[in-house]
Amino acid sequence: MSTTLERNAPITPTEHNEHPQRKWQDYFGFSTDHKVIGIQYLVTAFFFYFIGGALAEVMRTELSTPDPDFVQPEFYNQLLTMHGTIMLFLWIIPAGAAFANYLIPLMIGAEDMAFPRLNAVAFWMIPPGGILLMSSFFNGAPQAGWTSYPPLSLVSGKSGEEIWILSILILGTSSMFGAINFVTTILLMRMPDMDIHSMPLFCWSMLATSGLILLGTPVLGAALILLSFDLLAGTAFFNPVGGGDPIVYQHMFWFYSHPAVYIMILPFFGAVSEILPVHARKPIFGYRAIAYSSLAISFLGLIVWAHHMFSSGTPGWLRMFFMATTMIIAVPTGIKVFSWCATIWGGKLSLNSAFIFAVGFLSSFLIGGLSGVMLASVPFDIHVHDTYFIVAHFHYVLFGGSVFGLFAAVYHWFPKMTGRMVNETWGRIHFVMTFVGFNITFLPMHQLGLQGMNRRIALYDPQFQTLNMVCTIGSYILALSTFPFIINVLWSLYKGEKAARNPWRALTLEWQTASPPIIENFEEEPVLWAGPYDYGIDTESIDGDEDVEDMLATVTAEKG
Amino acid sequence: MQGSTVDNKSQIAIASEQEAAAHGHHEHPDYRMIGLYIFLISDSMTFIGFFAALLIYRAIVPVWPPAGTPELELLIPIINTAILVTSSFVMHKGQTALKNDDIKGLQTWFGITAAMGAVFIFGQGYEYFHAEFGLTTNLFSSCFFVLTGFHGLHVITGVLLILCVLWRSREEGHYSSSSHFGVEAAEIYWHFVDVIWLVLFVLVYLINN
Repeated sequence: MSTTLERNAPITPTEHNEHPQRKWQDYFGFSTDHKVIGIQYLVTAFFFYFIGGALAEVMRTELSTPDPDFVQPEFYNQLLTMHGTIMLFLWIIPAGAAFANYLIPLMIGAEDMAFPRLNAVAFWMIPPGGILLMSSFFNGAPQAGWTSYPPLSLVSGKSGEEIWILSILILGTSSMFGAINFVTTILLMRMPDMDIHSMPLFCWSMLATSGLILLGTPVLGAALILLSFDLLAGTAFFNPVGGGDPIVYQHMFWFYSHPAVYIMILPFFGAVSEILPVHARKPIFGYRAIAYSSLAISFLGLIVWAHHMFSSGTPGWLRMFFMATTMIIAVPTGIKVFSWCATIWGGKLSLNSAFIFAVGFLSSFLIGGLSGVMLASVPFDIHVHDTYFIVAHFHYVLFGGSVFGLFAAVYHWFPKMTGRMVNETWGRIHFVMTFVGFNITFLPMHQLGLQGMNRRIALYDPQFQTLNMVCTIGSYILALSTFPFIINVLWSLYKGEKAARNPWRALTLEWQTASPPIIENFEEEPVLWAGPYDYGIDTESIDGDEDVEDMLATVTAEKG
Repeated sequence: MQGSTVDNKSQIAIASEQEAAAHGHHEHPDYRMIGLYIFLISDSMTFIGFFAALLIYRAIVPVWPPAGTPELELLIPIINTAILVTSSFVMHKGQTALKNDDIKGLQTWFGITAAMGAVFIFGQGYEYFHAEFGLTTNLFSSCFFVLTGFHGLHVITGVLLILCVLWRSREEGHYSSSSHFGVEAAEIYWHFVDVIWLVLFVLVYLINN
C-alpha cells in the first residue's frame, strides 16, 4: 500500500476482504475502537441537537407574540432551561469529543487512544445522562435556566432541579474521562517522527480543551454537590435565608462555565485550522501562533469568570481585573482569526461545503467575538445585562462559531468516516439556508437587547413584536435548513460516490489510510513525509510509485 | 491488552496479529500511571473548589465560625491524622516488599494499611455521631460535614482499592516486581487522600477553633 497522495484510487474489493470492517451492530455496543466511539458520540450529539432545536422552535413560536399564549410561562422556563442544557452538555461538548475521538489517533499515527476502555465508559455515560435529563419533563423539568442560580433554583421545583444536577454530574464525569484520554494520547502516543510542533493543529486545540475540562469540571461538580445539599438536605451554602451566599455559587459555577465556552469552541478552532489550508491549497499561516494561542486562550479562560457577575455586586477593583483579562482574550483569538484569513488569502480555493462552512464560521464567529469585547467593558455590560444582546452574542459564538465549524468538520471528514462523498449541491443548499436563517434569527436580537428586551421571559413589551417576528421567521428557516443536511447525509451514506483514501489531497495522516479506516487504523506504519500543512508543493506531478525516501529528500530540499 | 481496539476475538484477532507481525505493530508502553496522575490533578480541583468555598465563607461571614458553634473536639481527629499519615509509610513498605518479590510482605503491609484506613473511618463516624451540631445547624457545620464526608468517601474508595489488591494478590504471579500497576496505583491514590486530609485538617479543624 503506498503512502503517497492517491487522488482517485478507488478502494478495491480485495482491500475490504483483507481488512475486516466494522459491522453495523458494533455501533450499538460497548466498543473500544476510537472510531466507533467517535461515530457514537457524533450520532448521539446530533440526536440531542434535534431535540434541543425543537425546544428552541417552540420558544420562538411563543415569542412571535408579546403575550404568553402558545405555552404556559412555567413551561417556557422549562424550555429555556432544557434548551440551554441540552445544546451545551449534550450537543456541542459531545460533538467536540466526537471529532477528538475519531481524529486524534489517526492524526498522530496511533492505533487507538491510550485508554480505550475508559474511552468507551466515557461515551456510555452520555446516553444515561441524556435520558435522565429528558425524563425530568415527566415530573416538572428544571426552570432555573442552565445556570441554576440559587436561590431561584432552590425554590423552582425540587425534583426537576435534582435531576438536572445529577445529569450534569454524569455528563461532566464523562467529559473528564474523555479529557484524560485526549491528553495522554496526544502527549505520549504520537508516531516516533512526529514532534509536538509537527502535529496537526486540531491536536493542539484538543490539548488546550482537555486542560480546561480537567481543571474546570471538578469545580462545577463541587458547586453542584453543595447545591444538592441545599436542595435536599436543607443546608444553606447558597441560601441567604440560612446565612449562606448565592454569590459563592456563581463564582464556582462560572469558574467552570466560562472555560466551558472555550471547551465548546476550541475543538472547532482546531477543525477549521485543518479545513482551511486543505481547501485553499496553502500552508497554514502561523502554525506556532495558532498552536500557542490555543494554550493562551485556555490559560486566560481560567481567569475571566467573574465578567459574568458584573451586576452581582462584584466590587470595583475585581471588576477592573476581570474586565482587563477578558479583553486580553481578544488578542490570542484575534491572532487566530488573522492567521485563518492570511491562510486563505491568495489561495486556490475550492468552494465546497466544508470550505464555505468554515468561512461561514469565520465571519459569524468574528461578530460573536467582537460583541464579546463590547460586553467585557463593565459599563456596557451592566447596560445590556440579561437582555437579548447577550442572547445574540452567545449564539453568534456557539452557533455561528461552534456549529458552523462543526458542520464544516462533518463535511470535511465525512468521506473519511463513511467512505462516501457528500453531495455538494445539497451541502451548499444546507449552508445557504443555515447562514441566512442564522443571521435573520440572531442579528435582530442585538437591537432588541439594546432597546432593553429582557431575556428568559415569555412576556414582552408589544413594541418589540416586529423584530421578534423576524427572529421567529429566521428560526423557522434555520429549522428547515436541517432537512437538506439530513437528506444529504442519508443519501450519501447509501448512494454517494465512493471516496478514495484522500479525496481532498490532504497531508495529515488520517488521509493516509483507507476510507473508512481499517480497524487498526493503518495497514502499515504511516510515514511522515511532509509537515501537516506543506501545501503548495506540486502534488499533481508527484508520481504515485515514487519512493517515499526520494520524496522526503525533495521536500526537505524545497524547504531549504 | 491496553491500547488494543480488538474486541471481537477469533478471526479479527488472528488477522491483526498477523498484521502486527508483518508490519511491526506493537503494543505501546503502559500509560495507566500517567492517566491516574491526570485524574488525581482533576480530582484535587474538586477539593480546591470546596476549600475555596470554605475560605470565602470564612472571609465574608462576620463571625466565623458562626456564633454558638461548639468547639471542635480535637483528640480523635489528631489520632486519625497520625493514623492516616503513618499508614502511608506502612503502605510504602508493602510496595517495597513487592519489589523484592515478597508477596507475603505485600499482603501483610497492605492488610495493616486497610485496617488503619478502617480505623480512620470508624473514628470519623464516632466523631459524626458525637458531634454537638448537625448538618444543618449553621454554615460551618454544613461545611464540616460535607468536606469531611467527601474526603471520607475517598478514604473508603482507597480501602476498597487496597482490598482489591489483596484479593488479586491471592493469585500466584498476579503481581510481581516487574508488573504491579494495581499496587502502585492504590498506593498513589492513598498518598493523595492522605495529603488532602492534611490540608483539610488545617482548614477545617485548626484555623476555625
